[in-house]
This record gives sequence, C-alpha cells and structure tokens, in this order.
Amino acid sequence: MTSSSASPPGGDVAGTDAGAGVLRLDRITKVFGSLVANDAVSLDLRPGEIHCLLGENGAGKSTLMNQLYGLLQPDGGEILLDGAPVRFANPRQAIDAGIGMVHQHFMLVDVFSVAENIVLGREPGRGGVLDLRAARQLVREMSERYRLEVDPDARVEDLPIGVQQRVEILKALSNDARFLVFDEPTAVLTPQETDELIEVMRALRDEGRAIVFITHKLREVRAIADRITVIRRGRVVGEAAPSASESELAEMMVGRAVSLKVDKTPAQVAGARLEVEHLTVTSPDGVVVVDDVDLQVAGGEILCVAGVQGNGQSELAEALLGVVPASRGRIRLDGTDLSRATPRRRLRAGMGFVPEDRKYDGFVGSFTVAENLVLNHVDAFADRGLLRLGDIRSHAETLTEQFDVRTQSVETPVASLSGGNQQKVVLARELSRPLSLLIASQPTRGVDVGAIEFLHQRIVEERDKGTAVLIVSTELDEVSALADRIAVMYRGRVVGVVDADTSREVLGLMMAGVPHEEAVRSASVTTVAEEEQKLEAEVAEHVADLQGPGTGERRA
Amino acid sequence: MPELVRRVLRRLPWRDVLVTALAFVLAFLVGAVLMVVSDPEVIGQYAYLFTAPQLPLGASWEKVSSAYAALVAGSVGGWVPLTETTAQAAPLICAGLGVGLAFRAGLFNIGAQGQAVVGAMASAWVGFTWHLPPGLHLLVAVTFGMLAGAVWGGIAGVLKARAGAHEVIVTIMLNYIATGLLAFALTTTAFQRPGRADPISPVVDWNATMPRLEGSRLHLGFVLALAAAVLVWFLMERSVAGFTIKSVGLNPHAARTAGMSVSSSTVLAMLIAGALAGLAGVQAALGPNVSGTPTPLSGGLVGSIGFDAITVALLGRSRPLGTVLAGLLFGALHAGGLAMQSQAQTSAELTTVLQALIVLFVAAPALVTTVVPFLKARRAPLTGTTPTGGLSS
Repeated sequence: MTSSSASPPGGDVAGTDAGAGVLRLDRITKVFGSLVANDAVSLDLRPGEIHCLLGENGAGKSTLMNQLYGLLQPDGGEILLDGAPVRFANPRQAIDAGIGMVHQHFMLVDVFSVAENIVLGREPGRGGVLDLRAARQLVREMSERYRLEVDPDARVEDLPIGVQQRVEILKALSNDARFLVFDEPTAVLTPQETDELIEVMRALRDEGRAIVFITHKLREVRAIADRITVIRRGRVVGEAAPSASESELAEMMVGRAVSLKVDKTPAQVAGARLEVEHLTVTSPDGVVVVDDVDLQVAGGEILCVAGVQGNGQSELAEALLGVVPASRGRIRLDGTDLSRATPRRRLRAGMGFVPEDRKYDGFVGSFTVAENLVLNHVDAFADRGLLRLGDIRSHAETLTEQFDVRTQSVETPVASLSGGNQQKVVLARELSRPLSLLIASQPTRGVDVGAIEFLHQRIVEERDKGTAVLIVSTELDEVSALADRIAVMYRGRVVGVVDADTSREVLGLMMAGVPHEEAVRSASVTTVAEEEQKLEAEVAEHVADLQGPGTGERRA
Repeated sequence: MPELVRRVLRRLPWRDVLVTALAFVLAFLVGAVLMVVSDPEVIGQYAYLFTAPQLPLGASWEKVSSAYAALVAGSVGGWVPLTETTAQAAPLICAGLGVGLAFRAGLFNIGAQGQAVVGAMASAWVGFTWHLPPGLHLLVAVTFGMLAGAVWGGIAGVLKARAGAHEVIVTIMLNYIATGLLAFALTTTAFQRPGRADPISPVVDWNATMPRLEGSRLHLGFVLALAAAVLVWFLMERSVAGFTIKSVGLNPHAARTAGMSVSSSTVLAMLIAGALAGLAGVQAALGPNVSGTPTPLSGGLVGSIGFDAITVALLGRSRPLGTVLAGLLFGALHAGGLAMQSQAQTSAELTTVLQALIVLFVAAPALVTTVVPFLKARRAPLTGTTPTGGLSS
C-alpha cells in the first residue's frame, strides 16, 4: 500500500473484516423484450482483487456492468455495497459510491485538454469560473502517484489511443473509484500497450482497489486474473481458476469444445496472383493514408495485414476493390491490370470482398437473406435483365445450409439476424463465387467464438483451392491463426512482411513503427513457440503467487 | 386465384392500413370542426349552447352531414361520380408512381410538377400541331410527353450523379423553369391559338384525344395509370435494374461495394420518374374533360398535380399498389370536393385541408398512435412490421 492512504476510502476499508468493502451483485436479472440479457447473475467484487468477467460478444457482460454503473436499472436482484442494498439511478450516483468505468469507447471530449476532460462534470472553481490551474495540478499529482504519464495540456484528439485510455483511467481515479470496471480495454491496444495496461491494473489492485476486467481474450485473462467468472447467454456458468488452460476457458465460454487453432496444412504456394506496386491512396482532405505500398499475394497462401486500427489497412483493402480511388500505383490480378477498373470489373475478375463494417457496406439491411446473397453478382441470376427468383431462392437455401446461417427463412431481412449470422451471409456470398483473390477485412469482428472457428475454416478451405487470400485484421489472435505471412502496417506504410512464426512482441513493436530487424534485436522473444513458453511460465508464476503466502498478506 | 388473393391479403401491411384509416377519421373530425367554425350562421347558434343546446348542435350536424354527404355522393355515389374519381386519380397515380420510385432510389424528387408541365406541353403541341392518323397520333403525342418528362427528370439525375447537385434544389428550380417556359410558350405562335390575345393554345386534334367511355369520365388515362403501376411493380420486384435502384436507395455504400454504379442508378431512376410524371401531364393535356374534348393548354392546366403526387407517394408508402389506392383516394376527394362546393355551399378548398390533414396524420403515425390509445397498447407486438419507404428511405 503506497500513498493511497491519503484519500481513497477503499484502501482503508480493505484492511477490516471480510464483508466490508465488498460490492456484491446479487441475482441481477435484466430483460429486454423476450431476451433475458442477465439471468440471476451474482458476482462479488473484493478489494485487492482482479476479477475477470469472461464471455462472448452478447453474453451479457456489458449489460451487467451498465447496471452497476447506473446506466440501466436491474429488473430483479440487488446490488449490495458493504452489505447494504444500494440503487444507482444514474452514473453520478454510482460514481459517488466509488464505482469507476473505463469504457470500451472512450467517453472523452476530443477537443478538450486532458485536464479539462478529467475534471469534466465536477469542475473546480468559484462562481462559474473554471480553475484550470487546480485541474492541471490535480492531473500532475495523480499521474505521478499512479505512474500514468500524461501531459495535462495535451488535446485528447492528438494523443495515441493507449494514452487516451490512461486519461479515462485517471478520470475514474480522480473520482476516488474503489471499484474499477475495464470494459474490453485491450481491444484497441498494441501488445506493448496491453502489457503496460496490465501493469497499471496490477498496481491499482495492489493498492487495494477492486478491478473488474471484461474481456473475451483468453490469454490476457490467464496472465492477470485473481478470479475468473464465465458468463454465457446471460448466466454465470461458473468460476475458473487462472491455472485453467485456454481451451478449458473457451469451452466454458462457448458451451462446447472449440479448437482454437485452425486446422491448416502448410501453404501450397503457387505463383503470385495479386501484385500491388507503389499503391498510394490520398484521403479527400489530402492526407496520404496508404503510402507507396508494394505487396504480392500468391495463390494458395493467406497474407495477413496486421496493424493498429487506423493505419491505412482499411483504405488499402478498399483501394484494392476500387471503391476508394488510388492516387498512384498499379494493381494486377493474374496479370491483368486493374488499376483503373471499376469495382464491378474487379468483382467480375474474381475479387471477393468482405468489408470491415458489414452494416455499413456489406449488405442491405432491409433486403432479404436471399437478395443479399446475390447482391454483387445478381447478373448471374438474371436473364435479359429479369431476375430468376426461383434460382435466387434455391441458391440462398443451399448457402444458408452450407454456412449454417441461423435464420427463420431466406426471406427474412438480414438486419434481423445476429451479427455472426450476418457475417456468415457476407462470407457465404463471397465464397460462393469462383474467386482468384479474397480480400477480407476483420472477417470475424463481433462474431462469437463458435462462428469464428467455422469462418476461419472456410477461409482456409478457400486458400486450399488456390485462391490468393488477403486478410486485414487488428486482432493478433486472428492473424496468428490464419496467416502464412504477415505484413505489418504503420501510418500507411508496410513496415515489413514477416513469417507467421513471428512473436507478438516483435509484431507489436512493428505495429508501433519499429523496423523488423530492430524489433527482433530489442524483443525478448522472437518466435511464437518461445513466446508460448514465456507465457506459460508467467501464468505458472502468477498461479503460484495466488496460492502462496503473498496473497494472504495482501488481503490481511 | 383465391389462393393468390389470400397471399396478397396476408402480405398487406395491415398496420399501415389501420393507421391510414385512423388518419382519415381524425382528418374528417378536424374538418368538421373547421366547417362549423368557418360558417358564421352555424357558429352564431352557439350563443344558445347552454340555453338550447339542440340549436347549435343541430345546425352543426346539418352543416357537416350535408357537406360530407355531398363529398361522398360526388366521388363514389354512382357510376358517373366514380368515373370522375378515376379521371381525377389517373394523373395523381402516374406522378405519384414517379415520386415513389425516386423515393425508393433514395432521391427526393420534388420536380414532378415541372416534369408534368413539360409533358403536357410536349404532348399538347404534338396534339394540335401535327395531324396524324387515328391511333398513331395519340401514340406519338403520349410518347413525346413522356420523353419530355424523362428529359426534365433526367437533367436532375445527371446533375446529381455527375456534379453532386442536390436533387431537391435542382428539381425545385426546374419546376420554376418549366412553369415559366409554359407561360412564355403560350405567347409564341407555336403555342398560342391564332386570333387569341390571352395565353391559351388551340384545341388538341380529336385523333390525339384519349378515347373515353361515352357518357362518363372514364378515359384511357386511367387504364394507362394502372398499367404504369403494374410496370413499375414489375420493374422494381422482378428486374435487375429495380434490384439495383432499391439497393442504391437503401444502402448506397453497400451497393457501391457490390459493384453497382450509384450514378447510373440515380440517372435511370430520375429518367423513369420523369417519364411517369410526364405521363401525368399528358393526361391533363390529352384527357377529355366533361364536354368530351381535352382542355386546351393554359398556364393552370396541370394544376398542382406534381405537388399532390408527393403526398400520394407518401401515403402510398412509395409502393405501386399503395400509390394506386392513395391516388384513388385523393381523386375521390377532388371529385367530391367539386360536388361539395356546388351542392353544400362548402368551399372545395376544405378537401385540400382534408388531404393535408390525412397526410399529416399518416406522416406522423406516432401522433395517431398516441391519440388513439388502443393502437398504442398493441404497438409492441407489431413493431416488426414498421413500414419502410416513404420519406424515411
């Protein structure tokens, strides 16, 4: 326990008897229409503990936390603080009770400075005059105390994502939060930033705060959790020990055995099918978003483009399809120059395209499943401009069956399907055509683990047919599951193209712009196998630490 | 056949039908209040509201019931009133189909008025300038009218597709241009009737007049309107072009990513919409009036068909069947309004107020459902059928 004794009451309470300082969610139930989002979920948050809440997208994790934070009211059950029932009608009351939330999408005002953001909502000052000096002083003190380095005068929009997150954390801490909820905090971070965040979370725990860490990423959970609660379809399916293996956790999360590794034989690489030279894309406001990119993708291999969101990968994919114009460069597919071709011609030439935001440009929501399954090759289902409705229907019936799309009928609007099923519709449409190149951006974003496995398998099958596959993904789990080669992008440039066997640590450095050779030199491990060993060692140490006397001391 | 009827019935948007019916009732109630308030004799009776309530209430009832009785009699009370309704409805249906089709392509086509005006001009000019054999003359006149409308709509489409000019602004301006062009043309020798000083054109040749059923107002125009509705349905539901237009209208980003050309879809939709509105103008110019010959072209011939068409398309949810029904409804109000004026001494403008109220209530279903509590209670299970189309699309 460091200097925290100065203010947060949590630090003091932690030392007293077991019931005090504990926040208990007792049989919380929340119903939306016919959907039971939370079904009698109980959870204890104890000081000095990192409690991982593990579950798939849509399992009800965020709903549960929104009730804790006063954004939603429970339909049943109660919240007990220090043994006494409490009700939070709004976030203000929750904050006053010592609950802090670090949101997945930061709740910061972009054009305000760090200091302004942190005092937002309870501005210091007299007579309506904001005392910015006091605010700045507060930020400096806090960032020193928690070793979260930020410049109080920097504008939030100018800061990297990882630092913006620090501001969110500081904001929660400035309200003396005893219970800190991190909602999918690592989704936007590089591996190095994730490591830093984990350090911060550990420090906060050691200070006696209760941490809730919401995630669906298994490897992070094992590295830092003191306790793990798994939620599936709104119910607590059980607690797991941090020593549990990734596949055990995945099985609890999904409800059946899932294979985390994609079954995949070594790539049978043919000649290069996609050749990109000097591709440059300039955004409408004049910023170069793709900067002189050279890439080759061979038939029968999967090239993954890795990088932190917003480093030009999306624009690269869109420029390959032609929906975003390239200001320079050449794109050739099977020797044919398509640099100036319309999207229609490129699709006809055998490009398949899975956009990163399916709702935005992947399908027409109010069109039926059947209509969406022919959206970009409707000509193949028409004679002299007239639709062959029977063929469209039977095509849809075959594909929904093949891809296991859960829908009432093929006449159902796609908008009413779940995210995973919508993604299956998009992938089914692309894979149902003969392709020479498949471009897929974030092919499994927002899709649950069971469906991810299935979709990955399909993509590998497409590769094995001799198609060139280009995957854009910000999830390193996905990259390592699928890639035969990895291209890392940073600020519109390809930093390097490396083997699939490259460690996350090296990839993470490259994602921050460090050239490959330098990254290899400064990284502690360079291959996946070494990294696995290191992780297992860390987990073992962590587990030993939990069982050993150290834990007792911290709680006593 | 009964199976088909049952399928159509099942697929009808019953919630929309219900909301529309309620909008009707509300509009007529408000209309009744307006009639009472605007008649000094009736409102004078209200001085006796507390001493002799039968006097004001009786007078009000008398006023309202006679007006609405005339409205019904003039629109659906017999064969001739019915054909009057069809004659009034036909141009509204055509122009409404054009506006609705543009809606579904994601375009707010306010230009049906201008497109109808140029359609009327072109067809009338062919009608009174050229002298062709029977049949052929009518065919040529109709075709020229539709082409003129298509060109007028197409200008807006091309400007939108090539230069990104907003179609609302462009079509409004084209409306002014069309109206001004007509006024100017009627002062030139090409259009003005020889020997007349006022802006009026010669009478259209008999060969270019739409044939009608003798003794009624049912003429070819109504048949063309129904045929146009069927064609539009076929285009939108059965053709690749319609599939593309709908995709672009509902999600232009997805359409573009799917290799569709948003600009050609925009131009195509505006061409067809213009042709349909042009056909509405053709009916005004070539359709026989009560006397059996077409009304000669003048500044006010087209009336406000193009603007009423927007309300028709809104009420019909941009769907062909809905547009036909909405067009018939407005046609009935027009026809009945004339009767109301002559028989019940109530201003025909009241029907315009009724139309506006109906559209207001339909366009704001939330208002209707709040006003009528029983619908509100049933709203939850019905949300799945919330209509798409109209302005929202």
